[in-house]
Amino acid sequence: MSRTLKAFPTLLRIGLAEAIAYRAEFFIWMLTMTMPLIMLALMSTLAEEAPIGNFDSPRFVSYYLATLIVRQLASSWMVWEMMREIREGTLSMRLLRPIHPLSGYAAESLASIPMRALFSTPIALIALYATSGRDVTRDPALIFAFVLSVAGAWLLNFCISSIIGTLALYLDSSIAIWELWLGGFMIFSGYLLPLSLFPPWFQTLAHVLPFSYLQALPVEIITGLHGRSGAFWELGHQWLYALSALGAMLLFWQRAIKRFSAFGG
Amino acid sequence: MARYFRLLLVRLRVSVQLGSQYRSDFLVGGVMALFWLSWNLVPMWVVWQKRPMIAGWSFPEALLVAAWFTLMRGVLEGAVQPSLVAVVEHIRQGTLDFVLLKPADAQFLVSTAKFESWRAADAIGALVIGGYALHRVAHPPAASAIAVALLLTLAGAAVLYAVAIVVVAAAFWVVRLDNLIYLFNSIFDAARWPLTVFRGFWRILFTFIIPLGLITTYPAMALLNKLDWPTALRALGGAMLFVALARVAWTRALKHYTSASS
Repeated sequence: MSRTLKAFPTLLRIGLAEAIAYRAEFFIWMLTMTMPLIMLALMSTLAEEAPIGNFDSPRFVSYYLATLIVRQLASSWMVWEMMREIREGTLSMRLLRPIHPLSGYAAESLASIPMRALFSTPIALIALYATSGRDVTRDPALIFAFVLSVAGAWLLNFCISSIIGTLALYLDSSIAIWELWLGGFMIFSGYLLPLSLFPPWFQTLAHVLPFSYLQALPVEIITGLHGRSGAFWELGHQWLYALSALGAMLLFWQRAIKRFSAFGG
Repeated sequence: MARYFRLLLVRLRVSVQLGSQYRSDFLVGGVMALFWLSWNLVPMWVVWQKRPMIAGWSFPEALLVAAWFTLMRGVLEGAVQPSLVAVVEHIRQGTLDFVLLKPADAQFLVSTAKFESWRAADAIGALVIGGYALHRVAHPPAASAIAVALLLTLAGAAVLYAVAIVVVAAAFWVVRLDNLIYLFNSIFDAARWPLTVFRGFWRILFTFIIPLGLITTYPAMALLNKLDWPTALRALGGAMLFVALARVAWTRALKHYTSASS
């Protein structure tokens, strides 16, 4: 544990250097997350005539730009790399290192956050300017809850990606499972449409499933859709999910890694 | 010309044979395609639940656009992209040499290298959605409207292909391209919505620069008798221009090619 902690700053530095070295690719990769912008254009036009549900046009602007920022900060794409390394056998390089391979992945994922933040800051400023910050919460307790919820969303996202990535040790087509997961995410997380626009039974379902804690919760907190008690109650749910996923990930990895066999030297 | 047609048939046959080699993949792929199809309609359904008419489109009319989107995505991911991803690999490894040595046009050869036959499920899904939408719209389209819609569909497919070729031409300079393909796919996703729901910057982007409107909205409008002749003609002209530009981009890129190995 202490060994991991000692190595972590270096791992983060390496990850950041990699993100900077491949900056053009990194930039294009981030541009692929334009979906909230397209949805923003669409929904704010529609809401100009009359509000849709409890959303008027400026609230859609705040909602989708917050969505974009949260997605940048809390998403984790290492599942692709993990599956490739398992398939090609290069995972053995990670197993040789004296730290847990999952810590290595976590460091790489965390290290890309400064670059992502660099991309997100102008968006945040535009959002604040365009809506004069009308919907952004000013309550310090809620801002604190927002920070915690982004951290929780990242952790949950990372653990679930790791679990699905580890599945590659059992299944040939674990990518299909990841795509199914993403499909669920698109609808149930509030990424495409705010959950409050869906029918009530659907909202109940979305509340039970983990997807909304990955995306909708931080967005709803920062755009002032939750009161204090509601926000912290939901935050408790989120961290319960995140910590359970962490436990499941560690247990599953321990069992699954025994199946690993590398090719070549 | 006849020779190229025969060549195309041979390549299609090989792709179908390759596809049927992995029968379970074929089946699972088809079933999944149908699942995604209905799943992708959820946002549209939710939005139109809130409002009966949006930017002049009723829900069944918008479904017609979604049907074209489904068909065109099938074309993109089944017929256009698989081959072009292979080109990038050729460029990276220098094996494009072998393609260039063959006695046929290189652009033709690389664009017909691979077809994912299970993507035919998309076409079936598009027919189902489109049929349902037309049934709900109530008045059956005239024969001339169907003809124009078909013509515009061909033009749309050509534009899709042309954009993809331009992206591949870029691969001769920037070799890492998977990201560009992802980028294009994520933008293409916007084509499921009728063009007129967008305004300002996005409207211009999707009409002229990445003509998503031509690919999905115009054919649906033609079928609904909403498209005037000048717009249809301009769309066809624009499509030809795109194809010509793609050809120029490809020949210029090819000159830039230097074999990577040996």
